[in-house]
Amino acid sequence: MNEIFKLSLIFSTIRLSTPLLLAALGGLYSERAGVINIALEGLMLAGAFTAAAVTHYAGNPWIGLLAGILAGMAVASIHAVACIRYKADQVVSGTAINILMIGVPALLSGAFFLSSGSTPQIPKDNLIPWTPVVIAFLLVPLTWYVLYRTPFGLRLRAVGENPGAADAAGVSVNGMRYAAVLLSGALAGIGGAYLSIGQSSLFTRNMTSGRGFIALAALIFGKWRPVQTMLACLLFGFTEAISIQLQGVKVGGEEIPNQFIQIIPYVLTIVVLAGFIGQARAPRALGMPYQKER
Amino acid sequence: MKLLRELLFPLVAVAAAFVVGGIVVLLIGDDPIYTYKLLIGSALSWPDGIGRTLFYATPLIFTGLAVAVAFRCGLLNIGAEGQLYVAAFATAWVSIKLGGTVVDVFGTPVNYSWASLPAVLLVPLAILTAIVVGGAWGAIAGYLKAYFGAHEVITTIMLNFIAVALVSYFTQYHYKVPGDPILQTAPIGAAAHIPRLSAFIPGLPESIPLNVAFILALLACALVYVFLWRTKWGYEIRATGANPTAAEYGGISIRKQIVLAMAVSGGLAGMVGVNEVLGYHHRYYDSFSENYGFTGIAVALLGRNHPVGIIFSALLFGMLQRGAIPVDAFTEHVSKDLVQVLQAIVILFVAAEAAFRGSFGRFGLLKRSKV
Amino acid sequence: MLELREITKRFGDVLANDRVSVVVEPGTIHAIVGENGAGKSTAMRIAYGFYTADGGEIVVDGEVRKIATPHDAIALGIGMVHQHFMLVDTMTVAENIVLGAEPGSAATLDLQKAAREIGALSDEFKLSVDPEAMVENLSVGQQQRVELLKALYRHARLLILDEPTAVLTPQEVEEFFIILRRMREQGKTVVIITHKLSEVLAISDEVTVMRDGRVVGRVKTSETNAAELARMMVGRDVLLRVEKPDARAGRTVLSVKRLTVVVRSGGERGLRDVSFDVRAGEIVGIAGVEGNGQTELVEALAGLVHASQTSGAIEFEGRDITRTDARTRHELGIAHIPEDRHRRGLLLDFDLSENSILGVHYREPAVSRSPMLDTAAIRVRALELIKDFDVRPANPDLPARALSGGNQQKLIIGREFGLPPKLLLVSQPTRGVDIGAIEFIHRKLVGLRDEGCAILLVSAELEEVTALSDRLLVIHHGRIVAEVDPKQTTNEEIGLLMTGGSKANVE
Repeated sequence: MNEIFKLSLIFSTIRLSTPLLLAALGGLYSERAGVINIALEGLMLAGAFTAAAVTHYAGNPWIGLLAGILAGMAVASIHAVACIRYKADQVVSGTAINILMIGVPALLSGAFFLSSGSTPQIPKDNLIPWTPVVIAFLLVPLTWYVLYRTPFGLRLRAVGENPGAADAAGVSVNGMRYAAVLLSGALAGIGGAYLSIGQSSLFTRNMTSGRGFIALAALIFGKWRPVQTMLACLLFGFTEAISIQLQGVKVGGEEIPNQFIQIIPYVLTIVVLAGFIGQARAPRALGMPYQKER
Repeated sequence: MKLLRELLFPLVAVAAAFVVGGIVVLLIGDDPIYTYKLLIGSALSWPDGIGRTLFYATPLIFTGLAVAVAFRCGLLNIGAEGQLYVAAFATAWVSIKLGGTVVDVFGTPVNYSWASLPAVLLVPLAILTAIVVGGAWGAIAGYLKAYFGAHEVITTIMLNFIAVALVSYFTQYHYKVPGDPILQTAPIGAAAHIPRLSAFIPGLPESIPLNVAFILALLACALVYVFLWRTKWGYEIRATGANPTAAEYGGISIRKQIVLAMAVSGGLAGMVGVNEVLGYHHRYYDSFSENYGFTGIAVALLGRNHPVGIIFSALLFGMLQRGAIPVDAFTEHVSKDLVQVLQAIVILFVAAEAAFRGSFGRFGLLKRSKV
Repeated sequence: MLELREITKRFGDVLANDRVSVVVEPGTIHAIVGENGAGKSTAMRIAYGFYTADGGEIVVDGEVRKIATPHDAIALGIGMVHQHFMLVDTMTVAENIVLGAEPGSAATLDLQKAAREIGALSDEFKLSVDPEAMVENLSVGQQQRVELLKALYRHARLLILDEPTAVLTPQEVEEFFIILRRMREQGKTVVIITHKLSEVLAISDEVTVMRDGRVVGRVKTSETNAAELARMMVGRDVLLRVEKPDARAGRTVLSVKRLTVVVRSGGERGLRDVSFDVRAGEIVGIAGVEGNGQTELVEALAGLVHASQTSGAIEFEGRDITRTDARTRHELGIAHIPEDRHRRGLLLDFDLSENSILGVHYREPAVSRSPMLDTAAIRVRALELIKDFDVRPANPDLPARALSGGNQQKLIIGREFGLPPKLLLVSQPTRGVDIGAIEFIHRKLVGLRDEGCAILLVSAELEEVTALSDRLLVIHHGRIVAEVDPKQTTNEEIGLLMTGGSKANVE
């Protein structure tokens, strides 16, 4: 048992937390502004695929990363327009985006790379294994500062709590929400890019495998606050790291079922949502399109 | 006039999705007309196309109904996926444990069962198991919402992952035939098999997996209609969805309705297990669902959350799924994933349009709980 | 300072403002009065850029201005305090005040500086507001002062106040008026929207009267009186008479003993230690300024308040029903016509048939043959109800949404009368209802009384409660402060009791 608690476990935890953290911080901006973002999974996939594809063609991971960010924002803009301009149900729109982003990368990779859903291998020199990690963890204090120490953050929080009040104070509610959702697309895009050109070296079909939802879980577990969200991401990253290390390890002749470790984030989130551990209070206007009262 | 309006928007959404999808096809270098011809033509060919279209539509009718029942109560059940997995596993478990001796993947007769029930008992029992277990899994989310204010959208997402992990654990560690390389359970007893429709319809080859579950799906549509619009229970569920404070005033317990609606919803989703396990795979097969739970959202939305509409939209999506196979094979670039894209676009259009007409505006319950 | 010229605004079919012109002189307190729905708030929201007018122009300081958003209005020195406060509860006072007009650069939010400025402003107008306090912990009166500070912080020279006293206690109203006068002394201009004539007379310099979306008069306060203003507001001499024989009150039906209702978030609101009886064949009225516990009282009696929030006892026909739920009470014969028919009373998207069975939908054999609904029987019942209560259009298949307010109300009344009730809880029976329907509803209520039903009537319209009630209880601040005989008491006296018996704000 002992040999698994080594330095490598710490590194592994940090690396596995990184995509979660990037997506969760993205979700934080969107949800603090009042727009539910269950599309994080799809946004990450957009970032992951685009970053890998562009890196393959351009031979430069920085261009790939930038493309991943732009792709995340482009897809997020669909969510934004549907939810803000057309007042579509935010959960339904998010679900649609997630389905869309299973299809689009597969469709495109079939067309461009003649494969069913993956991009070609990217050479090791063209990967960025650590930069996104640094970005992710630097973004935590930055997000805290933006949220609580800048006019932008004040307006963002106001829009998510009481859009009517923000509107009356001369703040453009929809403008803030567009900005927030696009920002979430950019961050989730980095998170996705890290998966394809950081942790691994190609895009594979549905490679996020639920990380967008774990990020959402971490956001709720962290009660929509940056530092707590980071801690939640580290916890969930840690469970993933453990589950990898425990694969094939036998305790008293019995294999430890991986599944039980995998479900920890989900169970914890339900426990928190049900109020068994403290109260998770969501932004008050979360999920509600802004409509001027009559 | 009213009917026309109800029909118009879904049709526009579908047409718009096909247009956008066509542009995508064009951009990746194929001929959209040819692609769509291939897709629709093959899906409507007799008997193979139609048979399989109906087969693919079957689970979608169930999940569409599941989403619709919850929606009528003001709830968004995106947990049909998890509900159908636990139900499918449970129905397989019952059919293994009470199904007598079977022949496993290696051709060896084995007996994992406690008893060997005849078909007249085993089939109804297996179906009931699917409904009850799916319903119970759905009711968890309902209960958490009703009594703890936990938003059903988030809890059902989480419960999906938990469901998948749990059934995969049981399959892998307890019910797999030792040595089987595929993650699936032992086969279910032959008495639990439900007949394919090829037995009743002349000209339909036996290779088409369309089975009695399709008839059950149509029956479920009728039952859901009667339940929602002709019983006091349905009235209470719809009243809760339409205006929870007025329902409360009318002496209706909102909490009970939430749990009931989620249970009924989960039970309907659970019926997918009947199609897949009793009618098709004849075993629980890990990750068998082609996103049926999520596609159910599209089916319900497009079908206006009404059983009749759901039949039509399930047929449409079943058709897409069937037609995607030749598209994959016979076009140069387009893969079967075009279907996902079309589905997503349909949902986006319908969702934005539904909000237009205010039919989402009365998410009374959504406002009352934590997300 | 501010002038509206021929402002017109439509909401769908409703003409909310019809060529409305208002002139507000600088350095004055200008009152805009009118009944609910007269278009006062709409006109002022247009001036604040919350809505855009369909026609007409806005003149600020002698120049025609385009005010498309609140931002434009703020830039011109116009501030507005809405009837429902526009504050973010989970933020501090300072954060709320600077929101949208933040000090410092885009990169830093200088809340310290803001707090200093707010402190200075607060001192200048003697508002005593703590910039660091969390808004959700403030009383309603304090929250209102935060709203004032919000406008002042933005250098507003003109403050529009929409029904500012609706939520205040009389003491708070007094303090509030002192603040307004101080602001006038400092050179600010104030527009106050209200429907309370006593307040108009107490505070304003000039009055604009509105009715049905139009301006019907503009007078100097010193040259008018309550009667004249009332006449302009209503457009007729207020005459609300209900012909009714004396009540023949029988046995006690409802007995309320020391009932207390705690409202979780409301602070001052709720119900405290209320005791009274209602007997068969009498109408007991509850008079009071809205928000003094009437809603809590009726909802507690109807079984719609969770038992954990109440204490005391409710007896119905000698039986303790304190712990029973809404359905049980309904079954015992307690009917309820709710104050807000859209929130509580109707399923707007359901048709009239379906609405006519809400609350009795499970009853056999009239409505259901368990578990099936008897749709044919329901339709027959609905048609009868529609006929008996003159619901128009008389089509049971229409959604309730398609009906006018008066017809919606008649549908609810018909449904509840059909119970048939032994006790009727009725709240705001004629709110938003046309004159014809008002008379109809009043006659029905008196008729039900004469059949021996006990009726508890709550209405914000003093005229209505005094005309209908056989006994009148005055509620103030969650307590019953007096019981009077409506025939022996003038409306002025009741009005005084309703405001806690304090004369100060009536002058």
